[in-house]
Amino acid sequence: MSPLHLCLLLSTVLFCIGLAAVLVRTSAILVLLGVELMLNAANLNFIAFWRYGPGGDDTGVIFVLFSIAVAAAEAAVGLALVIALHRHRRTIALKAANQLRG
Amino acid sequence: MNELPLLSLLVALPWFGALLLWLWPKAPVRGLAFIFCASTLVLGVIAAAGFDPTRTGYQWTERHAWIPSLRIDYHLGLDGMSLLLVLLTGVVSPVALATVLRRLESPRLAALLFLLLQGAALGVFVALDFFPWFICWEFSLVPAFFLIKGWGGAGAGRAAYTFVVTTLAGSAGLLLAFAALYAATGTMNFVDLAQLQAEGRLPGLLTAVGAGVPTLAFVGALVGLAVKAPLFPLHTWMPATYAEAPPGVALFLTAVMSKMGVYGFFRILWVLFPADLRVHADLLLLLALGGAVLGAMAALRQTDVRRMLAYSSLNHVSYCLVALFAAAAGVKGHEVAVEAALSGALVQAFNHGLSASALFVCAAALESRAGGSREFARFGGVRAVAPVLAGMSGVALFSSLGLPGLNGFVGEFLIFRGVFGLAPWAAVVGTVGLLATALFLLTFWQRVFHGPPAGAAAGPFPDLDRGEIAVLLPLCVLMIVLGVAPGLITPWINPLVTGWAATLPMP
Amino acid sequence: MTLSASLLWLIPATPLAASVFGLFAPRTARTLPIAGALLGLVAALGLSVAALAGALVDPAVRATSDFAWFTFGAQTLRLGWLLDPLAGFMCVLVTLIGLLVALFSTAYLRHDPRIGRFFGFLSLFVAAMLGLLVTNSLLLLFICWELVGLASYLLIGFWYERPAAAAAAKKAFITTRIGDLGFLIGLVWLHQATGSALFHDGGAGALDAPTLARLSSTLLPGGWAVSTAIGLLLFVGAAGKSGQFPLHVWLPDAMEGPTPVSALIHAATMVAAGVFLMARVFPLMAADQGLATVPFHALTGVAVIGAVTALLGAVLAVAQNDIKRVLAYSTVSQLGYMMLAIGVGSWVAAVFHLITHAFFKALLFLGAGSVIDATHHEQDLRRLGGLAGRMRVTFATFALGTGALMGLPFVFSGFWSKEAILHAAEGWTVSHLPFAAGLVGVVLTAFYMTRLVLEVFFGKARGEGAAHAEESPGLMRGPLVVLAVAAVGLGWLGLPNWPWLQTRLQGGDWPVHGLGEGFGLMVVSTALVLLGIGAGWWWYGRVKRTDARALDPLARSWPAVHAALAGRLWLDELYAATVGRAFAMLARVAAFFDRWVWGGAVEAAGRTAETVGQVNRAVDEDGLNAGFDNTSEHLRGSGRRYAKAQTGDAQSYLRVVAIGLAVVGVLLLWGGVR
Repeated sequence: MSPLHLCLLLSTVLFCIGLAAVLVRTSAILVLLGVELMLNAANLNFIAFWRYGPGGDDTGVIFVLFSIAVAAAEAAVGLALVIALHRHRRTIALKAANQLRG
Repeated sequence: MNELPLLSLLVALPWFGALLLWLWPKAPVRGLAFIFCASTLVLGVIAAAGFDPTRTGYQWTERHAWIPSLRIDYHLGLDGMSLLLVLLTGVVSPVALATVLRRLESPRLAALLFLLLQGAALGVFVALDFFPWFICWEFSLVPAFFLIKGWGGAGAGRAAYTFVVTTLAGSAGLLLAFAALYAATGTMNFVDLAQLQAEGRLPGLLTAVGAGVPTLAFVGALVGLAVKAPLFPLHTWMPATYAEAPPGVALFLTAVMSKMGVYGFFRILWVLFPADLRVHADLLLLLALGGAVLGAMAALRQTDVRRMLAYSSLNHVSYCLVALFAAAAGVKGHEVAVEAALSGALVQAFNHGLSASALFVCAAALESRAGGSREFARFGGVRAVAPVLAGMSGVALFSSLGLPGLNGFVGEFLIFRGVFGLAPWAAVVGTVGLLATALFLLTFWQRVFHGPPAGAAAGPFPDLDRGEIAVLLPLCVLMIVLGVAPGLITPWINPLVTGWAATLPMP
Repeated sequence: MTLSASLLWLIPATPLAASVFGLFAPRTARTLPIAGALLGLVAALGLSVAALAGALVDPAVRATSDFAWFTFGAQTLRLGWLLDPLAGFMCVLVTLIGLLVALFSTAYLRHDPRIGRFFGFLSLFVAAMLGLLVTNSLLLLFICWELVGLASYLLIGFWYERPAAAAAAKKAFITTRIGDLGFLIGLVWLHQATGSALFHDGGAGALDAPTLARLSSTLLPGGWAVSTAIGLLLFVGAAGKSGQFPLHVWLPDAMEGPTPVSALIHAATMVAAGVFLMARVFPLMAADQGLATVPFHALTGVAVIGAVTALLGAVLAVAQNDIKRVLAYSTVSQLGYMMLAIGVGSWVAAVFHLITHAFFKALLFLGAGSVIDATHHEQDLRRLGGLAGRMRVTFATFALGTGALMGLPFVFSGFWSKEAILHAAEGWTVSHLPFAAGLVGVVLTAFYMTRLVLEVFFGKARGEGAAHAEESPGLMRGPLVVLAVAAVGLGWLGLPNWPWLQTRLQGGDWPVHGLGEGFGLMVVSTALVLLGIGAGWWWYGRVKRTDARALDPLARSWPAVHAALAGRLWLDELYAATVGRAFAMLARVAAFFDRWVWGGAVEAAGRTAETVGQVNRAVDEDGLNAGFDNTSEHLRGSGRRYAKAQTGDAQSYLRVVAIGLAVVGVLLLWGGVR
């Protein structure tokens, strides 16, 4: 099994854990964590293909840098939303956030 | 060929009327609906006036590429058979609409749905590409479903489901058939496919797709059309639907929509699958005869006016199919018989539309005067209290049982003339159906119209009012005129029929 | 003045116009429809006389005038009109009797509020009947044939409030339609075999010699000639219309119609249409005569059925108690004689008898109508009696008609026409049984007519109606007198030694022989008539009936025989138990199969489809049609259900997305997309 395969396997496992978290956890923070895990699984794929792939340019790395930046911004917004939710409803369970209107 | 897109207008105007009814809540519903409903008759007459009966092939054609990547065209055209059925739709639709809207508190939605239905039926008669054809074929079910369910009798919900589900099941077969044809030829255009068949290449192309494909395509198309027509024993959706649907819709179903099935038999099966039709002609002939004879027999046992009329329709439409299947087995040397049978089938389709509509209008008149009851036992002696109703339904009834001098006879004579030349046994068996038809219609007449006034007729039982007379009178006049001068409609179909007979194989 | 063939259509057209006028006149109108009908009949009579005069100029010439009806495929269906002496005589007969009956009806139906309609229907009948007579096409003949059936249906059921009349009308239509289906098959077969719907068409018509030669030389499996089969099929139609055994059962029931209708349609004209048809297509019927090889000749069948009917009708007439039913069975019997004449090859004798019979039977029926009218609708001869003194004109004319029907020698028309038939039957080489049946029929005819006259006109009045009867008005007596003159005198047109009528009908030479040749037969049949009268006197004349409830003398002598005859040999019951029951059974089976077997199979398939349909419905109604929410209560419900799916829970949406993705992934993998 080549290193590329190992990397892809790892990223798949990461992605599935993240997905499971998103789908089943009730806490909004843990869901956000799941999303981060899935993003990182994708980042790992980019790096792995950059490292072991046939290419010669640095597209993969640049993508990952962008991705991390976007993820950081997204986490900030997400956490802000969670805090807003907590203020409003006194809970961070996602089920409570089923109305568009306040 | 023509500047005016007549056929597009023909199909679109009822739909446009429906749109207008939808968007314009304060519209004068009845007037608007009738104008758009009657547009079919006007345009049909214009088409007939510009129709050259000596030419074969399609006239008033319109062809534009629609989905070029799939080679689907927007292709409309009119031949004699289409013209006949368009005119039938034109005559019957106002009658049906009037019957549907009669005494309706809020007619808007019903009128809207009916116009949708009418446009879809017209689309089926003029579309020459399977894609638009099938869209109309299927789309017609939607307004029909809602009309039956919304305005029908007590069991209408179930009847509507049975009707739609059974027809959809048949349509699946049609779709399958055309998927196979498309896979084999890359086109779904009726004209192109007919050309391929005429050149003898179609069966080969189909076989090239797969060994069972030709049979699959034939059976699929057969089932789809047989449900609609209906061909015995796929008619079982019919009695309940005709009985439970509002009378105007039942009228449209039997007068026009059953003709969609007959039309399909000619347009698709007769033209594209002549060899398969020939191979299975005996079996199919037997089924059609079953419909003609057993349908009439079953009608004898009915005590519900509309169930009886439903079986009567099965009986009459079956005669069309008897003629078609008998002709399908014809070989060279029997051209005259084949021409008679095919002309008879088409003439019968038209005439049955007229007489069945009139009978359903009369049934509606009876029902509305008996508080919605349709049982024979609720009536008696109607002729004494409502002579105009009796007279007009008498004309329709005798037309339906094939009395010479009225239109029904012409089709029956031609069918028997043709079928006797091709399959004498079938003609002899078929006469039993004629006898049973006379028996059940006269029994109905005797129980409901004769004798001392009884049941509903014993109470206040008004005769036909002006509206009903205005609906029935044109039908009765047409029945008499076409009975005396069938030459008014036969020239349109003659070249078509002669052409079909000319392609018979050698014995 | 003569009428050319191209104007023949005017003959049926005039009564047709009158009927349209009568049927669309206001319901309460009386004078106008009656005047219209009488005018139409007079015009038709004038035209018919002109046509006959034209036809008699040269009886051998058949004038035809054809026209195209319509074209199917490449075939043009041609119909046409034909004038020959046969058509000419028949037209005059129909219009003349029609006119007399119409005059009679104006008085007979004077109290009926629907008299206008009656005359409309009557004109329709006359128009159809005339069309039937002057046509040159079997198809057009069939069309008119069915139309006279329609008129007959309408007129039998004229008093449709009476259930018996409504039932009789239906029975008549259905029974004759059974025959008509045979006719229809024969018609299409003839058209197929000859390619022509015309009788005479310069050698190409169905009755022209070359065509007939072809028809009789074409053999079916079993050695039958095509012409035999077609001829027999046409005879089935004729048997239905002319009340031949076994399709005779409708005719007695048809007496539920007004009596003038019985006189015109069910005695004089329409029921004779079958005989006319056989006379018209006689060349076809006889085409197989020269062939020794065919196993069966069409005419043999006609003769056998005719003989059976002649005998059966006479037997059944013996024990009827309704004055009109006696006459109805008598008509059946006489029509049997005519068919017998056709069958033994003498269509001219048949038509001769048709003509004389039309007059004297119309006379008898109108006489019966006069009696019925005078006695306030008393038709039961047990409650009549003693009318000879009170209704002198009616009695005298009725007696003359009776003499003609019995065939009293030398004076009466019926004698000469009946002799012509018996003479032809005597010479038939195939069998002597029809001749014997004819002779027995003569005795029976004399017997039942003696009984009828004795019971109705002699003895003492046995009912209220008969006791206060008065002679009928002049409008009723007039037609009776005219008909009585014809019933006596017409026979002189066809004497054996001066066969004027026969020569004209035949359109050629007719063997003239002196009275001496058939003299032996005349003596025998006269003796038989006297025997019948004597027997009638023996049973009914010596001791006159005094009480309406008294047992019939014949029933006292032979109870079993009388019961059988009064029960019409239970033929109606037999049909009800066999044909009727078989039909009902078939109907029940068909309805049962329809509901449970085909219905069940489709139901089972439907259930399966319905499960699919429910899923389909969920998608269709909850998804696609949501926009129609406000249009239907039903859909509003589905809208609510749809709203329930819209939980707002982000995770459940995501779950759906994930499942969808997984499914798409699996499908892609399965489909081999890499």
